[in-house]
Amino acid sequence: MEVKILSEKFDIRDAHLLEVARKHGAYRTLDKLFSMKTSDVIEEVKNSGLRGRGGAGFPAGVKWSFLPKDTDKPVYLAVNSDESEPATFKDRYILVRDPHMLIEGIIICCYAIGCHDCYIYIRGEYTSQVKILQAAIDEAYAAGYLGEAVAGHDFRLDVTVHRGAGAYVCGEETALLESIEGKKGQPRSKPPFPAVVGLYDSPTIINNVQSIASLPFIIDKGAQAYRAYGTEKSPGTHLFGISGHVEKPGLYELPLGLSLMDVVEKVAGGVWRGRGLKGIIPGGSSTPVLTADEAKTATLDYESMAEHKTMFGSGGIVVLDDTVDMVELVENLIYFYHHESCGQCTPCREGLGWMLKIVKKLLAGEGTIADIDLLVELCDNIEMKTVCVLSAACTMPVRSYLNKFRHEFEAYAVDKDSVQ
Amino acid sequence: MSDRSQLIITGKPFAFDTERDAEFERLVKRYPIRESMIMPALWLAQDQEGWISGEAIEYIADRIGTYAAKVFELATFYTMYQLKPVGTYHICVCRTLSCWLREKQELVDYLRDEIGILPGQMSQDGRFSLEEVECLGHCGTAPVIQINGEFHEEMSVEKLKMVLSGLE
Ligand SMILES: Cc1cc2nc3c(=O)[nH]c(=O)nc-3n(C[C@H](O)[C@H](O)[C@H](O)COP(=O)(O)O)c2cc1C
Ligand code: SF4
Ligand code: FES
Repeated sequence: MEVKILSEKFDIRDAHLLEVARKHGAYRTLDKLFSMKTSDVIEEVKNSGLRGRGGAGFPAGVKWSFLPKDTDKPVYLAVNSDESEPATFKDRYILVRDPHMLIEGIIICCYAIGCHDCYIYIRGEYTSQVKILQAAIDEAYAAGYLGEAVAGHDFRLDVTVHRGAGAYVCGEETALLESIEGKKGQPRSKPPFPAVVGLYDSPTIINNVQSIASLPFIIDKGAQAYRAYGTEKSPGTHLFGISGHVEKPGLYELPLGLSLMDVVEKVAGGVWRGRGLKGIIPGGSSTPVLTADEAKTATLDYESMAEHKTMFGSGGIVVLDDTVDMVELVENLIYFYHHESCGQCTPCREGLGWMLKIVKKLLAGEGTIADIDLLVELCDNIEMKTVCVLSAACTMPVRSYLNKFRHEFEAYAVDKDSVQ
Repeated sequence: MSDRSQLIITGKPFAFDTERDAEFERLVKRYPIRESMIMPALWLAQDQEGWISGEAIEYIADRIGTYAAKVFELATFYTMYQLKPVGTYHICVCRTLSCWLREKQELVDYLRDEIGILPGQMSQDGRFSLEEVECLGHCGTAPVIQINGEFHEEMSVEKLKMVLSGLE
């Protein structure tokens, strides 16, 4: 089932070095790129159907076309390499195993949108990873792929790495921009959208690492070649990260549209320790959980996930075996989002804290059935009432556990006998 | 780490060494405004000293031409900046979903029982400090820990013992 588009060079030794990467085709699209009109590059990416791989799945080419046509301000590209959504670890492979694919993608995007200054925002914990990325950028400068004249063309491009320092919220695109501007990572209200007012008040495109790294293939082989993978509405391939209770956790590049259970069983070796399956989180911790039954009919694409009332997200699949205590799991989740709240909206800052307290109270054997209902009520009062969707990234999955595994919560309640 | 309210004044002046000075000068040209250098400068200071003192905050503010309060604000918002000294070996254990599912608690319990430290603490001899952190982006090889920034994946108590005994 596995394919090798993005991961083509992942198993080649030292492919992070320019010499090795070039032997295997890195930067080969540049001649073609600079012979194309910028509008044709955008058209090709639109036709490929490439959807943003950061979690929201917004079509990349369409986003680029939101940039104002005439502006006297510089246009910026911010590459989102914050990768902090629990269960997500795909972009790291690109940074470490094939950073030149990312740089080539950056050149393609910047040429298309007329950007000369790109920032890569990388999470602070990626210590050795940032060194490999920076070394690759240095090599690209020395070889003339970056700098005053990209690959000998009349096009300047500077790429600067900006290190985060341990804040999940900086993966949210406007918090990321604030962070680059030297502020706390607190998301901005939208509109205006970053494509109009972004970094340093200038038009800015924010794309995920994997989205950008998908561009060299699309420009080299064409939109139709990309569409040969995946489904009509979810074309292409994705780096799926499979973690949790499976025999063979890890990163697998797969076309979109495969059966979720086939992937868990055939690619990831099935549930570990011979145990049964309780549920699957399909796309990072923010996505609503699927029960073992629901998982049977789900396929790994945006549409099927929406039909199953969950999300494709970041493609971080978490498998839960039948020993998992869903109340403890929810405590672990809420703790994360509460800890990572940037603090500017009261419903998020306080509400997630209250939810955590209630779950802890249940776990301590002191909660009631009314407390479970209060959790649901809190979800209602938090969702869509905040500046960014970090709070909903907590309440949406929590709601799914409360709905689908309510009996587990009730089992902790002191007045459980009152439930029929 | 746990207490983020205090800024420690060491009584010793702070300045970037030659290497970090050069890196500061390289980076400052990359941003249209100087405030964008606060985070990179905090990283350089922490890289040099292992943590960020009151003097380092003042130095960075002067160097950038901004208020020390602004630098301090970022140093407290972003949890990776250490505002007090950490152990010779600073251990971060991931506590989030995938690592929790793959039994990270056994690692924390081992560190409590064998080294006698709880998350947020430093051992009395200053050799080890422990912090529980959020998802480290290595969930496919959970549970994971970082020691002084270096990742150790697919951890178990056995493996942790080996890693610790390999430290000087
Ligand atoms: C709380 C929060 C955290 C996010 N974290 C990330 C992240 O770590 N990486 C990422 O690429 N996108 C993240 N996103 C999504 C970004 O806001 C943005 O949609 C994305 O980077 C756009 O790139 P794409 O269109 O290529 O997917 C996050 C969003 C939210 C609300
Ligand atoms: S929802 Fe939470 S993280 Fe997002 S802006 Fe509001 S307080 Fe900050
Ligand atoms: S949950 Fe521990 S590394 Fe992601």
